[in-house]
Amino acid sequence: MRKKRYILTFPAKSGDKALSYHLVKDYDIRINILKAEVRPGKTGSLVLELKGTSENLKKGIAWLEENNVSCEPLNKKIHWNEQKCINCGNCTAVCFSGALKMDSNWELSFNSEKCIVCELCVPACPLNLFEIDFRE
Amino acid sequence: MAIKKSYEEINGKIKKGKAVVFTAEEVSAMSKELSPSEIVKKVDVVTTATFGAMCSSGAFINFGHANPPIRMERIRLNGVPVYEGLAAVDTYVGATACNPDNPQYGGAHVIQDLVEGKELELEAWGKGTDCYPRKHIKTKISKETVNEMFLFNPRNAYQNYNVAVNSTEKIKYTYMGSLLPNMRNATYSTSGELSPLLNDPDFRTIGLGTRIFLGGTEGFVSWPGTQFNTSKPKNEHGVPMSNAATIAVIGDLKQMSSEYLQAAYYEKYGISLFVGIGVPVPVLDEDMAQRLSIRNEQIETMVLDYGKEGTPALGRVNYEQLRSGFIKVKGKKVRTAPVASLAKARKIADLLKEQVQKGEFELQQPVKMFPSNTSLNGLKEVE
Repeated sequence: MRKKRYILTFPAKSGDKALSYHLVKDYDIRINILKAEVRPGKTGSLVLELKGTSENLKKGIAWLEENNVSCEPLNKKIHWNEQKCINCGNCTAVCFSGALKMDSNWELSFNSEKCIVCELCVPACPLNLFEIDFRE
Repeated sequence: MAIKKSYEEINGKIKKGKAVVFTAEEVSAMSKELSPSEIVKKVDVVTTATFGAMCSSGAFINFGHANPPIRMERIRLNGVPVYEGLAAVDTYVGATACNPDNPQYGGAHVIQDLVEGKELELEAWGKGTDCYPRKHIKTKISKETVNEMFLFNPRNAYQNYNVAVNSTEKIKYTYMGSLLPNMRNATYSTSGELSPLLNDPDFRTIGLGTRIFLGGTEGFVSWPGTQFNTSKPKNEHGVPMSNAATIAVIGDLKQMSSEYLQAAYYEKYGISLFVGIGVPVPVLDEDMAQRLSIRNEQIETMVLDYGKEGTPALGRVNYEQLRSGFIKVKGKKVRTAPVASLAKARKIADLLKEQVQKGEFELQQPVKMFPSNTSLNGLKEVE
């Protein structure tokens, strides 16, 4: 079993297709929706964590692409320069995935597992301590 | 009989290393068990602190004279425009100053770089006069080469501050942080029950000359801060429910540390400076003990909509609610986040406590008290 994150972008018309149903039913892929921006009649995007066998993942992705959904592997990571952090909390204001939180001592904690790389923390940090890391 | 303590008495104890000192948070917790009369018996000094972005900050610098000398009439420090209207080689670096071509590096960064001992490029121009013939200079300066450099912040340590939300459809980038659309977050700023001016709301001990912790070293309250406003409505606990009074502060920048002075850049807003301030408050009597006992749930502030013109008020919340992670605004549950560092404020309050305990930091009685009947003027547009 492999776990991989993808950014899915689909055209305005495919918003009504039961994408997740097919991925689960036909390819036995476990889906974790990390971020969703789907509005009827508009271009939509989804950030998904897909879990399945390598072969099923490959087939599932191929099926999505046949249906005009572009799938981009999410290899980006957010890097936090912890040493320079003053624990002001500005980044926690925009982090709706809950990856950046103030702990019980009001110090910042970063749980990269929860991070969906929405990148909102990058401009939100007044000390510019978040960087997007493109390494795998 | 009610206990009263004088500054002399308290300073006497400090000198002997016998003063009993607690932080304002410790006293707030203590007040659940002890009455003000018991607290005044037990505690001599309470340390308060804050560490937040304070835009109205800056530093005076004297560069020294070159040979031949120049009357600096346009000045740049690392490309940042700094004030040129002060004699020949004096300047004021405003924290928010910046060169529009490089908006993410400004006066606050210049101040931080100087504090950290870095070398900065100074470039200045003058028209050339009989006594200052030179027209241009480009050189390097640092805290070692300049004569004086002192921080002088016209408006710091706001007594309370509002909560910011954004009811519009679009994200708003503000000095209160990035405000998500449709009130998906709310940001707040002060250190609540630890905040200096909330612990002495009527300025009985904080006034002109009060010795404070500023940016890592000793500083002084030098004047009521700009926009000093004593007419904001107060709640039943005696604290104003919105941004009210402020203090102007001064201190030797050469002695400061970037641990307590940090430059900041806010997206689509601009530069600011995080300033660490600690104020030791003497427990002179029962009334002061009562003031210092203030707790987060007793400190209220207004929720303002930063998305709308005139920032209309949407409700009132207290700091206990703000710290819980969620508040209710117009019936909607809204996630909260701080934009000032409580962790740093606590560090300052602890450090100051230790300094007072060890006899290294005596209290200075104000040489003049602040006015108690001020209000603010807006700016009228006249033909």
